[in-house]
Amino acid sequence: MRRIHLLFVVLLLTVVGLSVAWYKYDTLGFPLTPDRETETWTVEAQIEVNPGTAPASVRFALPSDPPHYTLLDEGFVSRGWGLTTQSSDRQREAVWTKRSPEGNQTLYYQATVYRDQEEIQPSPYPGPAAAPTLEEPLKSAAESFVEEIRAGSADIQTFATLLVKEVNASRPNENIAAFLKPDATETERTRLAIRLLAIARIPARMSHGVMLTDEGRNLTPTTWLEVHNSRRWVPIDPRTGSVGYPRQFLVWWHGDQSALATSGLQDVGLTFATTRNLRDAVETAQLQSSIAESRLMDFSLLDLPIDAQNTYRVLLLVPLGALIIVLLRNLIGIRTFGTFMPVLIALSFRETQLVGGVVLFTLIVALGLAIRFYLERLKLLLVPRLAAVVIVVILLMALISIVSHRLGLDIGLSVGLFPMVILAMTIERVSIVWEEHGAGDALAQATGSLVVAAMAYLVMVNAYVTHLFFVFPELLLVVLAFTLLVGRYTGYRLTELFRFRAFKTLAQARRPDPPGDDR
Amino acid sequence: MAINWPISPRRLKELGVLGMNQRNGEFIAEMNARRFYPLVDDKLLTKELAEESGLHVPALYGVISSTHQIKNLSKLVGEHEEFVIKPANGAGGDGILVLEGKQSDRPLVYRKSSGKAIGIDAIALHISNILAGAYSLGGRPDVAMIEYRVKFSPLFEKISFQGVPDIRTIVYRGYPVMAMVRLPTTQSDGKANLHQGAIGAGVDMAGGRTLDGVAHNRRVTHHPDTREPISGVDIPGWQSLLEMAAKCSDITGLGYLGVDVVLDRDLGPLILELNARPGLSIQVANGEGLRHRIERVDRHVDHLLSDETAAERAAWSREHLAPMNL
Repeated sequence: MRRIHLLFVVLLLTVVGLSVAWYKYDTLGFPLTPDRETETWTVEAQIEVNPGTAPASVRFALPSDPPHYTLLDEGFVSRGWGLTTQSSDRQREAVWTKRSPEGNQTLYYQATVYRDQEEIQPSPYPGPAAAPTLEEPLKSAAESFVEEIRAGSADIQTFATLLVKEVNASRPNENIAAFLKPDATETERTRLAIRLLAIARIPARMSHGVMLTDEGRNLTPTTWLEVHNSRRWVPIDPRTGSVGYPRQFLVWWHGDQSALATSGLQDVGLTFATTRNLRDAVETAQLQSSIAESRLMDFSLLDLPIDAQNTYRVLLLVPLGALIIVLLRNLIGIRTFGTFMPVLIALSFRETQLVGGVVLFTLIVALGLAIRFYLERLKLLLVPRLAAVVIVVILLMALISIVSHRLGLDIGLSVGLFPMVILAMTIERVSIVWEEHGAGDALAQATGSLVVAAMAYLVMVNAYVTHLFFVFPELLLVVLAFTLLVGRYTGYRLTELFRFRAFKTLAQARRPDPPGDDR
Repeated sequence: MAINWPISPRRLKELGVLGMNQRNGEFIAEMNARRFYPLVDDKLLTKELAEESGLHVPALYGVISSTHQIKNLSKLVGEHEEFVIKPANGAGGDGILVLEGKQSDRPLVYRKSSGKAIGIDAIALHISNILAGAYSLGGRPDVAMIEYRVKFSPLFEKISFQGVPDIRTIVYRGYPVMAMVRLPTTQSDGKANLHQGAIGAGVDMAGGRTLDGVAHNRRVTHHPDTREPISGVDIPGWQSLLEMAAKCSDITGLGYLGVDVVLDRDLGPLILELNARPGLSIQVANGEGLRHRIERVDRHVDHLLSDETAAERAAWSREHLAPMNL
């Protein structure tokens, strides 16, 4: 019964811990390894205005929900201008206003985006497009052109592709030549494509965006075409008819108007600048999940102040060190001074590195022990003796630091971070065991403590482990589950197989001859 | 020499050897309620409890529980030729000072069991260390007990060196299940602690006769210091000794218990100490695992209609737990 209860708790903890971690990894995009960086782009829109003296206002379309990208962060720089942002169901925009602007000024809008989804999100079908009213003979020409295309296409997407190809053909179809001036701009061609699609009752719209290039300067927006295939908007290159946005195309706004609408201004120029950044993947995932409004991240350590975060980076490793002690003591059977002192020693090794830590620890404990044995001869009371050992330990630490600094060794300096009370207690424990149980026991336990501390240290400084437990602290539940499981392990410890090896011969010697018939 | 390979866990299990984890998890944790621990951890309490139940213990000369009482020390011990000072909450025999005789009265100097002289001031210092918690679990402040020094019976004289041999009995659910005699050696510095080199000799449960011994997990037939054979020594009053051990289980309420008894030349068996976490070496000393015997007790107790007296339980153990009967 107790077994089943325990197994249930263990299973529950493991499942909860692992599934929360998996959710954070899979859905929120937290990286499992510490060194991962994600690519983000900073896009800056520069709006140069040359205002007169009248009150001026600038409306500027802002990206919202661009396909393939998530907006992580945005900011405005506009000294002296009033700024409001507003959003309708179709478009978000910033409105800058100023009562008496003077001289050339530049307004900046900066957005940080991150490419995440591969799919374009479905959007509701806006209904069939309203057919444009056309005069004859243009009407017949357009209709027969559309019929021709329809005959050669399979669905909305191929229809739109073929149509765009025809519009861009160097020798256009005679039926649409009438609609096109030979020197028509891209925007005009796109506009024509939308009108022709409307004849076929296919909803289509223009979209405008920026090609993200590393250190791109003075970029201008590019026009694109989107047709709705009754499930989602399908992007089509209005120049070539190919389907989909290029990988690094950031859609900024939709519709057949400019991104900028101004009043009271003489001259306006809009250019974009883009830069590629590598950002810590954890940070990106964190921003992304706060945008996705995941309730889970309200309980994240990543939101704590930095110094509290640093404390937890260390604290979260203590359970892991404790687990290692549990394993080494209860499964292996290594004897140590104190139960969790090795974890504390391991934590101090984090400052000194392993070899340096072991050397310093051994050195200080050995010197401290010598002094402790000397103090023993003075017959001091216990507490003053401990205090004397602490003082001597600190003097030793200072001495080691100074000497090693003189010798040009850096590890000697990190000794200052060694917890001296732990050292003093260790020295006291070693000396009592030494007196009561002999040097062999004392050395065995001291060595055991060091070995355990070293192993705990090696696990605890591992960059992957540190990262994993800090970003996924729910993994501690798994550690807890495992600890509970070991807590009910009643099998032999590894060292007991050595301790009891005498039984290989003892049992035979003591046993009476093969069980007789007295049973 | 051939390598001494470890024994396989399967074989150990077959032999019924109890491991540390099983002892802690299945016996100590389940059979010994925490609230009974102080009864055995505090030797003063144990002593009171045993005396109330008519069990024999070494006489208590005095207790020093605060630093200012130390100045009365010479008055307290001056009248005794020999005595023992121990921490009431000490573990594993740590902090015990045995004084074997007075060397001079003024200044007051005693002789330690090792033969070295020790002045009253040094004894006072030892006591102040005890009070400060140098030997207690977790370093808690402690009290020092001054008690009668056992004049051990000549029984084990030939097979022990310097210190006091004692008889450790494991009592399970009130039934003595296994016993051993711990024999000090030069190597153990006169202490009866097995992992310091004392010899553990198994005891035949039926008759109370010593079997061969074990030192450092190796079988020994002769005491290394005296060269006398270890086996074949009859412990007198075996039945009453087992009864004493069985009674200790009743007075403490502990289901898994180690009882340490010494044989005094004049006073007979005296209870020295009880242990809620007795070690596992007794198995090596007896060349037998504890589990088979424990299972026998379980089967027996589960079929009992009414509780048995300590004498009945001791008799049952003698009859049913000797290796020949397993």
